[in-house]
Amino acid sequence: MSVTAVHSLWTTTAAEGIDKIQAPKIEYAQLAPVLIVLGAAVVGILLEAFVPRKGRYYAQLFLSVVALAAAFAAVVALAAGGYGSTKAHLAAMGAIAVDGPALFLQGVILLTSVVAVFTFAERRLDPVSHGARIDSFAAEGASVPGSEGEKAAVKAGFTTTEVFPIMMFAVAGMLVFPAANDLLTLFIALEVFSLPLYLLCALARRKRLMSQEAAVKYFLLGAFSSAFLLFGVALLYGYAGSVSYARIAAVVDGSVGTVDPVLADTMGNDALLLIGGAMILMGLLFKVGAVPFHMWTPDVYQGAPTPVTGFMAAATKVAAFGALLRLLYVVLPGLRWDFRPVMFGVAILTMLFGAVVAITQTDIKRLLAYSSIAHAGFILAGVIAMSDDGISSVLFYLAAYSFVTVGAFAVVTLVRDAGGEATHLSKWAGLGRRSPLVAAVFAVFLLAFAGIPLTSGFSGKFAVFKAAADGGAGALVVVGVISSAIAAFFYIRVIVLMFFSEPKADGPTVAVPSPLTMATIGVGVAVTLVLGLAPQYFLDLASQAGVFVR
Amino acid sequence: MNPVNYLYLAALLFTIGAAGVLIRRNAIVVFMCVELMLNACNLAFVAFSRMHGNLDGQIIAFFTMVVAAAEVVVGLAIIVSVFRSRHSASVDDASLMKL
Repeated sequence: MSVTAVHSLWTTTAAEGIDKIQAPKIEYAQLAPVLIVLGAAVVGILLEAFVPRKGRYYAQLFLSVVALAAAFAAVVALAAGGYGSTKAHLAAMGAIAVDGPALFLQGVILLTSVVAVFTFAERRLDPVSHGARIDSFAAEGASVPGSEGEKAAVKAGFTTTEVFPIMMFAVAGMLVFPAANDLLTLFIALEVFSLPLYLLCALARRKRLMSQEAAVKYFLLGAFSSAFLLFGVALLYGYAGSVSYARIAAVVDGSVGTVDPVLADTMGNDALLLIGGAMILMGLLFKVGAVPFHMWTPDVYQGAPTPVTGFMAAATKVAAFGALLRLLYVVLPGLRWDFRPVMFGVAILTMLFGAVVAITQTDIKRLLAYSSIAHAGFILAGVIAMSDDGISSVLFYLAAYSFVTVGAFAVVTLVRDAGGEATHLSKWAGLGRRSPLVAAVFAVFLLAFAGIPLTSGFSGKFAVFKAAADGGAGALVVVGVISSAIAAFFYIRVIVLMFFSEPKADGPTVAVPSPLTMATIGVGVAVTLVLGLAPQYFLDLASQAGVFVR
Repeated sequence: MNPVNYLYLAALLFTIGAAGVLIRRNAIVVFMCVELMLNACNLAFVAFSRMHGNLDGQIIAFFTMVVAAAEVVVGLAIIVSVFRSRHSASVDDASLMKL
């Protein structure tokens, strides 16, 4: 295109009078889940400004739970209205997909967030200090740990109720992430859910130095990885001349009818496509915590406040795998022979590394972090299958895994000593004698992580490995089963530690939580058992939802 | 001038930024390097936009700027709070959680 022709793009309208700009058509009803949550986040910020300090906690908790429930109702209504199957289409000018996988994952994210909000709101674990009940979050995030300012804030009974709206912003981003249908929306959604998570990580009430350190690591590495993702977006834009998934997929397939002469330079350039695709994959694999992009996971999981760890371990993984699935199945299926070997390697490394390194861990939160890395590997095995079964098994696995994760981290918040949560494994010795119920519940979660039959972990793993084997990834299944066996070793070791060793005299106490945390743990156990004993209905649901719109 | 040269410049800036993130030890400088990477992306978007003759890339550049600004807000808040509690912004000092 000549210089004048390009120049005319933004000069002719001024010279010839302004053309009418078509207003974009936005389907508000179909975007309702996202809009409700975003609206609640904005209202939550206003509540911080206008509601007196005493009432804020209740107002925020009420608003968050109602908004999440309403958004879930909207998702169910959309799915019941056929948007998950026959009426699946692209909303908001092609920016957001309303289809089966998007609605399924949005439902899972919303339900996980509801139970995670309960753990955020838990205020009975610590004794009442200075006449105020306290939660897991810093009295005043801006005060320096150990300073006079912090003591004054604690004495005044401050609590950081901002965590609720911050979390709602994160949830809104996560809802958009698996539904994003162009690369710009993908990037914006990534940032919208990442930035609040960085802040939440820094807000622990106890061990604040560790919490801030976790936030700084998460932030720097997260920003680094999103810069890679953005450069990948730029290269794919250069390759296809558009950021829309459908357009890029068409260019990759070579099914674009008329090739614009200006595009001929870049459109045939596979270097742009391959490097760009790889960089976007890097950004997404960072978010799911796959080896070699897993470095942040253990530190961030350990340092962040435990309710936040549970929330991001579950919901981030669901959202990021949703986006990864859509990218690989909608945009890059034409490239599958190029990325499959790479993803094979990543999946094998992730499964083995997570399982082997978890054995050496002595901190329960780090152990769960490495276990989440191993699980990311198992899910990747399903992603690589590149079949309908692959999609539906991954959806099912994510649903099963997220509730177990939130529940397990909720149990971690209960085991406490003078310094807050007692996360060192040696402190958990003999927990089964001291508090059989809590230990038994945790044992159920560990068995689900290990994939023992009759738990949701088994149904999920079976579905994923079956899809992978059918999809021609038999080697992955072998490695997956081996690393499951390795992983089972350290899960069982924790169970043995809890039930078959003598409790120490100075061991931790088990706090009696409010009904909020009880509900989180109860839902976790219930989902684990239901998906383990009678998975068929949910497997069917996942397989009905397993078709992407293009 | 051939717009492809701007792409080479963008790739170069991105590489300088990435190398800076890996090499530098001050959290603020690391963060500035990340910003450099984002700006390299912007340059690539604008150059591609010029090559393709559509405006998508220029619009995306605006979005990237806003995201970068939001990232500065969150990042500086975190880095400053760490600096105030440790009196150091070195990423090497932040090692409470090593194995």
